[in-house]
Amino acid sequence: MPKVPVQFTLNGEEKAEFVDSGATLLKALRDKIGDHSPKGGCHQGTCGACSVLVDGELKLSCLVLAETCQGASVTTAAGLAENGVLHPLQRAFIDGFAAQCGFCTPGMLMAAKSLLDRVPNPTRDDVVEAISGNICRCTGYEPIIQAVLTAARANSQNAA
Amino acid sequence: MGIALQSFATVAEAERALSASGAQYLGGGTLVLRALNEGDVAVEHLVRVTDAAITDIAIDGGRARIGAGVTMTAVARHTGLEAIASAARAVGGPAIRNMATVGGNLFAAAPYGDFAVALLALDATVETGGADRPIEAFLADRAAGKSSPIVTSVSFALPPPGSFRFRKVSRVKPKGVSVLSIAAVIETAEDGRVLAARIALGCMAPRPMRAKAAEAALAGQPMTEQGVAAAVAAVAEGIDPITDAIASAWYRAEVLPVHLRRLLLE
Ligand SMILES: Cc1cc2nc3c(=O)[nH]c(=O)nc-3n(C[C@H](O)[C@H](O)[C@H](O)COP(=O)(O)OP(=O)(O)OC[C@H]3O[C@@H](n4cnc5c(N)ncnc54)[C@H](O)[C@@H]3O)c2cc1C
Ligand code: FES
Ligand code: FES
Repeated sequence: MPKVPVQFTLNGEEKAEFVDSGATLLKALRDKIGDHSPKGGCHQGTCGACSVLVDGELKLSCLVLAETCQGASVTTAAGLAENGVLHPLQRAFIDGFAAQCGFCTPGMLMAAKSLLDRVPNPTRDDVVEAISGNICRCTGYEPIIQAVLTAARANSQNAA
Repeated sequence: MGIALQSFATVAEAERALSASGAQYLGGGTLVLRALNEGDVAVEHLVRVTDAAITDIAIDGGRARIGAGVTMTAVARHTGLEAIASAARAVGGPAIRNMATVGGNLFAAAPYGDFAVALLALDATVETGGADRPIEAFLADRAAGKSSPIVTSVSFALPPPGSFRFRKVSRVKPKGVSVLSIAAVIETAEDGRVLAARIALGCMAPRPMRAKAAEAALAGQPMTEQGVAAAVAAVAEGIDPITDAIASAWYRAEVLPVHLRRLLLE
């Protein structure tokens, strides 16, 4: 299999790897770099478990060619905690029992982060829309929606 | 065997690379990568264009020109395109909208192509090789299985305020694949009667189609229950809906008039 070089920033760290030509970002992250936080659920764009941020935009890493991320800044759920302190979204997910099996959780977190980055004080409808591309088979979504709203409130209190 | 990605600074160079066997154009990749993940072995090279012009949006003299590489998110957020933002927002979830391009939507087979339905109602033109062609001719070529040169942009007259209507019907809330989608541009005179109507349907054929019988039946009518009745009765003329896991052709045909009526009376 021919290899191609790809270089990007992952959660603030420079990465340079040779990946199989035609490999998806999901494959590069999981099988090459060893960041297992994005999950491969469907590889069809339908489940959202592989969601990551590329240059701040929510993308499905199963549908992105690793090569097209040359020079980009990639953020995954593994990069959310800072200095051992969980991100407010992660805290709210734990406190609100918003994860059961946890398979959807990294994708949900990234979809939620993408929302809060643009809309710090979202409405419930904003949250429902923001996670509409992410499937959860366990929680029934309600605890996830509540956790995102809780994290948004915690954020805006910190900012005040 | 790997898939080679070839990036070109100009459309002309990319066009040449596409003439090789096994080459496919890569837009946002939502359908191309999905097919590769499912084991599409026909593709050997993916060809993309890095020219920034392909992601431009220009609004000038009441016309909009949208580069083929513009994403649904960029359309939905552009202040000059508010009139048609509803159609861009109807495509997929947020991550898909950050990837899905206007150009790719023109090639998406039903049940996809919701934005192309809007472009058809807007009577857009599709630019290939520096020339603008009516979208109807473009879609007819697609229907005939002709391979298309690279689409560089679409353009259309911005619809007068309040004249553009769009509805996507899906079974999964808040977002899901289309049972059907309808876009309409309806211009009315001062007395409320319809001067001109263009109605486009999604999922009623493998690609977006105009509901010309319904358009004709609407002309000169007031937008009332009685006024729209003839158009609603005529909308199924010439349709050949798709059957998929979401809905059968029969179901789609049954609910089409209901949703057209609601769209017209909303
Ligand atoms: C989970 C999921 C949900 C989706 N939901 C919707 C939805 O709700 N509504 C909807 O309409 N679609 C939906 N889609 C389909 C798809 O995302 C969109 O139709 C999108 O606009 C396709 O654009 P793209 O840039 O990703 O296309 P690509 O995958 O890059 O390309 C698709 C096809 O078009 C060709 N092509 C692309 N751009 C050009 C160009 N400029 N010139 C010539 N050929 C070109 C490619 O060669 C390929 O054959 C969904 C897809 C997924 C995976
Ligand atoms: S694995 Fe990417 S959306 Fe399911
Ligand atoms: S927690 Fe199991 S899929 Fe969401």
